[in-house]
Amino acid sequence: MFQILNEDGKIVNKDDMPDLSDEELKELMKRMVYTRILDQRSIALNRQGRLGFYAPTAGQEASQLGSQFALEQEDFLLPGYRDVPQLIWQGLPLYQAFLFSRGHFHGNQMPENVHALSPQIIIGAQYVQAAGVGLGLRMRGKKNVAVTYTGDGGTSQGDFYEGLNFAGAFNANVIFIVQNNGFAISVPREKQTKAKTLAQKAVAAGIEGIQVDGMDVLAVYAATKDARERAINGEGPTMIETLTYRYGPHTMAGDDPTRYRSADLDTEWEKKDPLVRFRKFLESKKLWSEEEENEVIEKAKEEIKEAIKQADKYPKQKVTDLIEHMYEELPVNLQEQMEEYKEKESK
Amino acid sequence: MAQMTMIQAITDALRTELKNDDNVLVFGEDVGKNGGVFRATEGLQKEFGENRVFDTPLAESAIGGLSIGLATQGYRPVPEIQFFGFVYEVMDSINGQMARMRYRHGDTHTSPITIRSPFGGGVATPELHADSLEGLMAQQPGLKVVIPSTPYDAKGLLISAIRDNDPVIYLEHMKLYRSFRGEVPEEEYTVELGKADVKREGTDVTIIAYGAMVHASLKAAEELEKNGVNAEVIDLMTVSPIDVDTIVESVKKTNRVVVVQEAQRQAGVASHVVTEIQERAILHLEAPVLRVTAPDTVYPFAAVENEWLPDHKDIIEKVNEVINY
Repeated sequence: MFQILNEDGKIVNKDDMPDLSDEELKELMKRMVYTRILDQRSIALNRQGRLGFYAPTAGQEASQLGSQFALEQEDFLLPGYRDVPQLIWQGLPLYQAFLFSRGHFHGNQMPENVHALSPQIIIGAQYVQAAGVGLGLRMRGKKNVAVTYTGDGGTSQGDFYEGLNFAGAFNANVIFIVQNNGFAISVPREKQTKAKTLAQKAVAAGIEGIQVDGMDVLAVYAATKDARERAINGEGPTMIETLTYRYGPHTMAGDDPTRYRSADLDTEWEKKDPLVRFRKFLESKKLWSEEEENEVIEKAKEEIKEAIKQADKYPKQKVTDLIEHMYEELPVNLQEQMEEYKEKESK
Repeated sequence: MAQMTMIQAITDALRTELKNDDNVLVFGEDVGKNGGVFRATEGLQKEFGENRVFDTPLAESAIGGLSIGLATQGYRPVPEIQFFGFVYEVMDSINGQMARMRYRHGDTHTSPITIRSPFGGGVATPELHADSLEGLMAQQPGLKVVIPSTPYDAKGLLISAIRDNDPVIYLEHMKLYRSFRGEVPEEEYTVELGKADVKREGTDVTIIAYGAMVHASLKAAEELEKNGVNAEVIDLMTVSPIDVDTIVESVKKTNRVVVVQEAQRQAGVASHVVTEIQERAILHLEAPVLRVTAPDTVYPFAAVENEWLPDHKDIIEKVNEVINY
């Protein structure tokens, strides 16, 4: 397992230490703290009925944000359903992320500077699509990559293998990230495969595979940065397995992790908390203080409050809006139905 | 004008669009150097290069995913599924993904993709090559489904399909690939998607068909003429959406209808056509609208195809039923 920072916040692998400025290191910490607060607030807002579909992210900050931090604005993101934080840090406004959660199409309308698809619900589909994006980028001669994410359960899907294999065969600019948090809903990772690591599945596609400490933001960043360099230099795709953990339930739709996870396991992984170790590291370098952390927390809470208000104010969807976005030119059946619903909506 | 088979007309349409638009990409299993298992892409890789016309690994789902991804980079993919019976492997990429792309993203991403795929019986193919599965696709919002029956239509419809900015399923009947030649202009032209074509005008009964059943219907119409029955034959050409205006206009004239498809009775799009007619023109009907279809079994073993597939005799029988109702 590739690691740079251990649980005590000590550098254990100097050679691979990424070249990040003090400001960048602090920015990484700010984003992780912000995202932890976003998770806490999202769970609360979901319980109040002010958000809909929500897949908790606490514990995965290093895996999600360390990898996203290695990207450029022109890189193309294909997130899974748990990967909303990456989209937000890539530039999707927070109120739109909340509209996605509630089920409003405006949440999926990507701003012009955000090169991404909306979070994918069909596990594996983002992998085959990433192969196409990566091939397109390579054919256009762009020095950019497609980056996609799935979980440990997702590695059992056919589309997972097909995506890796196509990207390999076409030498496409793709980084495939497998966030192995040990469980696919209630099914432990051991029940997905007899393979000792998930990273070794890259061998089947003949591409690079690496297993990384997914609770170590520096290791995730370094591995992604390295994969990105190789992809844009024409050396093909990489699959990165991040070993991580979700502290919360699978989703907020009634999943109860105490049915399948022991309290001991939770405690064991809480010791590995990516925020705790990175905080220790930054404090040892005199780059982080309690005040700074509290500032981030207050800022996050304030922005979340504003974003929810903005989402509340956004116009409700009408059936005519949905019809409008089906085709460039409406076929006859939808032209008729458009008239029907226009009349209904005018009453 | 040149005399072309349908497959030549298809190749000609692909060549036209590869020439017209640098973003058009043709790919699939064996479509490159080999020129396709039916020679539909013959010579195209040589003419346009391996960056425009290329082979893929053998995996339909990823061919669909590849198309979606390439479309995000401004390409106009024209992938091929070797036989449409293999569509089950790629149902998510087509129906679950590309058909929904524009809607999901509120117009910020689209899928200008044309999926070409052969299907259809009468040529003794092995299992799951000939199945008519257009009905599955016709039920998916976001797609258009096109089935040509002549070389002229094949070229014009394929050019329209490729230029369309939404996903189009373009199904090519294997029996029609080389069974006859027709006049095809050498220059580019389009045939509008979503429009049916009256292939034969008539006054006594309307026969609505698509694919190989258009030719069976025309043959039936000739025989019926000998017995004094003047049949109008409508070729749907686009089976989703259905051109209801052309159908209703004809029904108002003839007052009797038979809908013909090669697919099983529980499949295809015939039931949808019947429903549209009864909703829009029931007062113009002198008899119920009857269907000619295959029986509701799995597609036949090759040796029994001819007994199973509907033909002109089945059509004549149904027409006589509605005439004598």
